[in-house]
Amino acid sequence: MTTLTGAARTGDTAGRPPAANRNATGRRRNRWFAQVGWRHLVAVLGVLFSLFPIVFVLSAALNPLGTLSTTELVPTGGVSLGNFGELFERTAFERWFVNSLLIAGVASFASVFLSALAAYAFSRMRFRGRRVGLLSLLLIQMFPQFLAIVAIYLIFGTITDLWPSIGFNTPWGLLLLYMGGALGVNTWLMKGFFDTLPRELDESATMDGASHAQVFFRIMLPLVAPILAVTGLLAFIGTINEFLMANVFLTSSDSKTLAVGMYGMLQGNERNNNFGIFAAGTLLTAIPTVLVFQLLQRYIVSGLTAGAVKG
Amino acid sequence: MSTPQSGPGSATRTPGREPVGSRPPRSRTARDHAPITLTGLAGKVLLLGLTAGIAVWAAFPLIDGGKWAGLALLAATTAGLFYLYLTRRHIPAKYLVPGTLFLIAFQVFPVLYTASTAFTNFGDGHRGSKDDAIVAIQTSSVTQVPGSAEYALSIATKGDPASAPLVFLVTDPTTGTVSAGDTGGLRQLDAADVTVAAGGKVTAAEGYTVLNFGQASARSKEITDLVVPTAGGALRSSGLSRAYEGKAVRAYEAGCDCVRDTGTGQTWTADEEVGAFVAADGERLAQGWKVNVGLSNFTRVLTDENISGPFLSTLIWNFAFAIASTGGTFLLGMMIALVLHSPRMRGTNLYRVLLVLPYAMPSFAMLLAWRDMFNADFGLINNLFGLDVDWFGQPWTARLAVILVQLWLGYPYMFLVATGALQAIPRELTEATSVDGASPWQSFRAVTLPLLLIALSPLLISSFAYNFNNFNAIYLTTEGAPFPADNPTNGATDLLITYTYRLAFGGQGAEFGFAAAISLFIFAIVAVVSTVSFRRTRKQEEVYS
Repeated sequence: MTTLTGAARTGDTAGRPPAANRNATGRRRNRWFAQVGWRHLVAVLGVLFSLFPIVFVLSAALNPLGTLSTTELVPTGGVSLGNFGELFERTAFERWFVNSLLIAGVASFASVFLSALAAYAFSRMRFRGRRVGLLSLLLIQMFPQFLAIVAIYLIFGTITDLWPSIGFNTPWGLLLLYMGGALGVNTWLMKGFFDTLPRELDESATMDGASHAQVFFRIMLPLVAPILAVTGLLAFIGTINEFLMANVFLTSSDSKTLAVGMYGMLQGNERNNNFGIFAAGTLLTAIPTVLVFQLLQRYIVSGLTAGAVKG
Repeated sequence: MSTPQSGPGSATRTPGREPVGSRPPRSRTARDHAPITLTGLAGKVLLLGLTAGIAVWAAFPLIDGGKWAGLALLAATTAGLFYLYLTRRHIPAKYLVPGTLFLIAFQVFPVLYTASTAFTNFGDGHRGSKDDAIVAIQTSSVTQVPGSAEYALSIATKGDPASAPLVFLVTDPTTGTVSAGDTGGLRQLDAADVTVAAGGKVTAAEGYTVLNFGQASARSKEITDLVVPTAGGALRSSGLSRAYEGKAVRAYEAGCDCVRDTGTGQTWTADEEVGAFVAADGERLAQGWKVNVGLSNFTRVLTDENISGPFLSTLIWNFAFAIASTGGTFLLGMMIALVLHSPRMRGTNLYRVLLVLPYAMPSFAMLLAWRDMFNADFGLINNLFGLDVDWFGQPWTARLAVILVQLWLGYPYMFLVATGALQAIPRELTEATSVDGASPWQSFRAVTLPLLLIALSPLLISSFAYNFNNFNAIYLTTEGAPFPADNPTNGATDLLITYTYRLAFGGQGAEFGFAAAISLFIFAIVAVVSTVSFRRTRKQEEVYS
């Protein structure tokens, strides 16, 4: 922590009588606290609140005994990586991991692309049914897909009979299902962002003889990169964490995603004993998300709100 | 593709210079096309070829199954796509159709299907048609007749031994042929594909997983309930390694539209109102069929006292949970964003990275971890603070716990968006207030907060809608517990969505029709709340233009 340099701007510093040095440093320290120090205090408290469950999971993963009842916040009973080895030995974790990455990666990429196409049309073109389309999108996404899980189950029963390769127990079936929700909230967020781009850009490109597809791919997409990054991240996180539909869909061990597989680890009487390997799995699951987060870090803060604000 | 024609008046208007407004601009006519580029053409050919390939691949099973309506729909969709992307017109549709196709197939259609289910009694005991019910009644009344054949039995599945549908592998004692049987009937298997042990029991079969004794005994109830219809009656298991063929004692008679028990002579007459066979004394057979029940699923929620009381308390808690989660995360996230939003703060980047870590952790796993942290005996929370609270055992502590977990999971997101919105607010505004002598609190109340709320209100509304149906938050932590002693379906922390899920997939017998009705209730509530709040906050231009 650096002490304060430079005078504060508020009124009480003006016309301060010269005082003894000791007093001055004391006062300066007080003023530093009043203006900056308390902020650090609150931020540190916030960080502690954020981190303590994560630290707990970390120490559970490193706990050589690997049970919940012996796990404390700070590992005192030694540290071992045994849980990680056990995780790969006893479960099909690597399969789940690949399945999850495949489904979440493809689904988020495709849903971002589909939403971007739709948002471009809604933002830049005027056509019959545009308003109705926008409003129905808003309405439809208020009906969460999983509320219709019974119907989805019956529909996919038929699909499994006809085309087993996109039915139950396949990543492709689940992917198709997730694509159904692609247009929901993302389109609105992106449309807001597209609206902030000056129309002169696409107009001048059209003047120079660009087709609408060229305008979209070469001019618009690079400019809306922040919002693409953010919606992609949100879609990725949402898909990785989707549990309900995946649980209904995937029953064989090889086709499970991380959410379904790891939920199964903590079922029944194995809950206490499996906590260590579960925690190890949690940490490994966090790696892709944290990586995506770091990659998109610079877009996230500006992108998250930009779509919501008409700049 | 088409030759440019120059017509009269071709240069009267420059393209792209039409006045922008709500009036749809003229679609491009053939004379002012942009040139066709090689990349564009290649991409088009590739994608349309892929579409055609998928359509052909999808068509074969439909032809085999004789599903002509499905085939017609597929052909029409494919033809429509080809037309749309080969024509020069309908440019907006070119951009909207890909997403809309998925939306219709996997969102709109299931939702409509759900809505239609809400007016039926679809559920356990009322799954199929009347004919299905009759078959089920007849096969389930199968009893062993003296002298009927006994078969050696192995239990198998085609998937996960713990949950996939069961199959009987039976060996005929006289001929030694092996057949596989499930609810659809019996199929003979090729002798080359099976391994039969001495005594006739099948130990392995191509394409099947044979359950070992432990796996089979874990599912013994399902095995007892499985009835395989055969020509002369049905196959049932007796124990885990023998099966017998028996005869049905109950039969349907078309003349009286009733089911007669040949042993006792009792009859049950079909009642089309409730979709079940009812005896004179009011006794119903368990196997019914699906009928339309009109609005009775909806009126049940309002009038049936066993449902309406708990339903109302669940609804109130649902609102409280959604408001507390959204409001709490917003307040905490905004507070920390404000704290870090000072030009004289050092290390804000490091703080930011650490603060948003919960958002980057997989939430399903962290919810399960939190569940164990609240464990009453050796959970972290009780250990850390020296408490002895049975968190999930009492209604109010359980509710506090799930809201606390939501706060932890959700505030990093709010912190991120509040940070972004704060950066968009010009510093001059707050500086101007301080020059005018306003205290920091006053300037926050009068300038920063209103601007923040305008920017974030859409996000707050969608966060409310999300939390209102936050299935994972409850299902992965308390599963709705604690439950009152007299009501095992409405727990203290149940949201409407987890309550619905329990109705549809819970152990109490599935009530799909009723669950669908409640889904529609949920939808109506969220839609009304969101619409009203959007109306109130959307004083901004261009939103619906």
